[in-house]
Amino acid sequence: MTDMLNWIDVGPVEGIPLQGARTLQTRTDRIAIFRTLDQQVFALLDRCPHKDGPLAQGIVHGHFVTCPLHNMVFSLETGQAQGPDDGCAAKVEVKIIEGSVHVGLTPSQMGKRHEG
Amino acid sequence: MNHVPAPASITGTARPRLVVIGNGMAGMRTVEELLSRAPDKYDITVFGAEPRVNYNRIMLSPLLSGEKTFDEIVINTAEWYQENNITLHSGDPVITIDRARQTVITQNGHEIAYDQLLLATGSDPIMIPLPGKDLPGVVTFRDVDDVDVMLKAAATGGPAVVIGGGLLGLEAAVGLQARGMSVTVLHLAGHVMERQLDPSAGYLLQQELQRRGINVITGADTGEIIGIDCVTGVRLKDGTMIPADLVVMAVGIRPNGRLAAASGLTVERGVVVDDFMATSDPAISAVGECVQHRGQCYGLVAPLFEMAKSCADRLAEIAAGGYAGSVTSTKLKVTGVDVFSAGDFSGGDTCEEIVFRDAGRGVYKRLVLEDGRIKGAVLYGDTSDGAWYFQMLKDGTDITSLRDTLAFGQAFAGGSAGNPKDAVAALPDDAEICGCNGVCKGTIVNAITAKGLTTLDEVKSHTKASASCGSCSGLVENLLAFTLGDGYEAAALKPICTCTDHDHDSVRHLIRAQGLKSMPAVMQALEWKTADGCHVCRPALNFYLLAAWPGEYVDHAASRFINERVHANIQKDGTYSVVPRMWGGLTNPRELRAIADVADKFDIPTVKVTGGQRIDLLGVKKEDLPAVWADLNAAGMVSGHAYGKSLRTVKTCVGSEWCRFGTQKSMSMGVELEKMTWGSWTPHKFKMAVSGCPRNCAEATIKDFGVVATDGGWDLHVGGNGGIHVRATDLLCKVTTEDEVREYCGAFMQLYREEARYLERTAPWIERVGLKHVQDRVVEDAENRKSLFARFLKSQETAQIDPWAERAKDGVDAHEFKHLVAAE
Repeated sequence: MTDMLNWIDVGPVEGIPLQGARTLQTRTDRIAIFRTLDQQVFALLDRCPHKDGPLAQGIVHGHFVTCPLHNMVFSLETGQAQGPDDGCAAKVEVKIIEGSVHVGLTPSQMGKRHEG
Repeated sequence: MNHVPAPASITGTARPRLVVIGNGMAGMRTVEELLSRAPDKYDITVFGAEPRVNYNRIMLSPLLSGEKTFDEIVINTAEWYQENNITLHSGDPVITIDRARQTVITQNGHEIAYDQLLLATGSDPIMIPLPGKDLPGVVTFRDVDDVDVMLKAAATGGPAVVIGGGLLGLEAAVGLQARGMSVTVLHLAGHVMERQLDPSAGYLLQQELQRRGINVITGADTGEIIGIDCVTGVRLKDGTMIPADLVVMAVGIRPNGRLAAASGLTVERGVVVDDFMATSDPAISAVGECVQHRGQCYGLVAPLFEMAKSCADRLAEIAAGGYAGSVTSTKLKVTGVDVFSAGDFSGGDTCEEIVFRDAGRGVYKRLVLEDGRIKGAVLYGDTSDGAWYFQMLKDGTDITSLRDTLAFGQAFAGGSAGNPKDAVAALPDDAEICGCNGVCKGTIVNAITAKGLTTLDEVKSHTKASASCGSCSGLVENLLAFTLGDGYEAAALKPICTCTDHDHDSVRHLIRAQGLKSMPAVMQALEWKTADGCHVCRPALNFYLLAAWPGEYVDHAASRFINERVHANIQKDGTYSVVPRMWGGLTNPRELRAIADVADKFDIPTVKVTGGQRIDLLGVKKEDLPAVWADLNAAGMVSGHAYGKSLRTVKTCVGSEWCRFGTQKSMSMGVELEKMTWGSWTPHKFKMAVSGCPRNCAEATIKDFGVVATDGGWDLHVGGNGGIHVRATDLLCKVTTEDEVREYCGAFMQLYREEARYLERTAPWIERVGLKHVQDRVVEDAENRKSLFARFLKSQETAQIDPWAERAKDGVDAHEFKHLVAAE
């Protein structure tokens, strides 16, 4: 699958706040890109499976994010809800190349909004 | 130039000629490895750029600090080159490789033929292209010449600035300080050695450096180096000036592949080599910091030595497996500071971590495990087990059977200090345990021993500790347990969350008793079990620190719930609501026009009047927030804090200003209270109201602090709540003047700020501690009331800054309001 992705450079890792997140708007959805305390970067679609909560606005701790709407906790690694809660937030491919964050977009996520 | 000729009897034979470019650690280690395999195989010639014999570059730090002399760091003496029949040209660097003719040409015009060429050109220190970088007094930290410049500057003992708080920069800083300079380290990232250490270990290291008198500024973006004939200082981009007689640039290294690239070899970040250290030309090998192997460049000594072995195998024509890349470990070479990191300590899919903290000894250990194997390790304070962990990491040892005691190290001898009892045990005797009654640890311990006390109630009655608000009862219980030993069974207190064993009240007390002033400090001293807490404990700690150290603690945005982070209320669809402050519920045509204009301009779908007498603009897009605030600011309005665990609103009725029944001026009283209290952070939201007569149209008796005017003055009510559990207020007291209303209000709020648990409204707090406790502290004890009020006003000095203006005008947290966009 990953070889079908279009990798988009969204700038330096430092552009994302530590223990925080920023969003990338694609043609079809919004992606939340997280930076954890240990300098890793993860990405999920910016909506929780429960009530479409904007995960990028949550508190980031360890490799988890707590949804700002109802405090459900999701793994940044797998998107899986933690504890007694069910559900899975959609994971997005992301990697760091020489200090820049690259997000893997599917062809349908690609659109004019990224050109220029 | 130094020249060590090889004995003539050996030169001129028909042996193949090996030419080595680079007389550093990697090149010479390769030669040594080659000699041990095939001593007479090559006729060897070495070229070095530095005018001296080969020395141990990683010992530059002890050379700088004076712990070693140059002779002590020499690896190979001139005699060694002679004994091994090696011709050394030092101080005459090779400037051209003629691959077609297989010769090298030096700066001085010597041309020497080779059969095999070895590149070991190392790396260059990175020079940030700052204005002033070429001034005398600006050096890197790379060779003995740099150290000479640094030592000359240190002789006069002035100020020095080190740019870069990585491994090398910190070693330079410590060395210069040992030589008598006053040193400031400027580091761009949020904590020192961020490549090797996680923030917790970085914090401990920074504390230790500062304790030694080295000033460390993180998040420091250097703007320019100042000076006319020589360097006199450094200016940061934020305008800060730091004087300096010496500036050491230690921001990193870059592989030196210039010669290789100029001669047409494949060079990417470094000189590209295969597993046998061969470059794209089979007659040329490369080792050390100049190479790029499997996409990786190395700047540490261990990989260089491993490369040297593989390269020597190849040159000696011995069949071997080749070089497979290195797992590296780092140790800071500063006497008395133990820091170790190895492998990948950043975690990842399917990783779990073990965090061990021993606050008493200043120890922090973090081990990252994957599939029952160690993947990475960060150690601070006690690195004695670094080699053990590193060996198991490299070997891929299955540690499942060791897991439970792994953090205690190889010589595990049982028992760890990870519980609240030890935190209390570590406090000095004069540490205050009970703030209400001023009882310190020594007094309580003495009473327990001298009077044979065995229960909390006995301690309460004998010492008065925890006899008032009771928030220190957890600490007293732990003191009983610690003094009486195993004989005492403490009542279980509910920890804040699964990250810690401490309860809210104990954490608050210990923050003050131990002088803990940052989130990493609290987590280290109280032995948090996770690296950075969770969404439950972090906002609580942030509030406790803010309340304990007003004006000193720097608010931690990432530990705030989204509403407080972006100063607006998130709605179910991810948009926000904006509520401008209207003092006492009063507004005017100018403000209303501005609100109407904002609603039009930003297509705000819903405008609603709130229960607290404000206007709520609902459905604002996050990226529009700063512009919306700018327009509201322009009309004189500030944040209404409708989103915060903070002072929300002061609701008023029209009072005697207009009402024919009114007895006092409730509107102006409300405005005054709101002007005094706005911007203050509280354990939970805090609402007030002022009614102008006992008809109480402002509903003051379901507020956290309610004021009801009477003929003779004001009734003050506390602890009301209009939520799920409606609770009418308790009457705190009656006062006569407006000044008294202000003083009692501020004192009550401060008591709530200091004693209630995070997310505890005034109603449950008063039910827990009792109205009498609040009255004792705020009403009966006039002196205490005045000091509470003074503390409240003190903390307001730094709290009353409009967060909207900071973001709309000054660009604070700009990243919050902008989407990422594709580069290009």
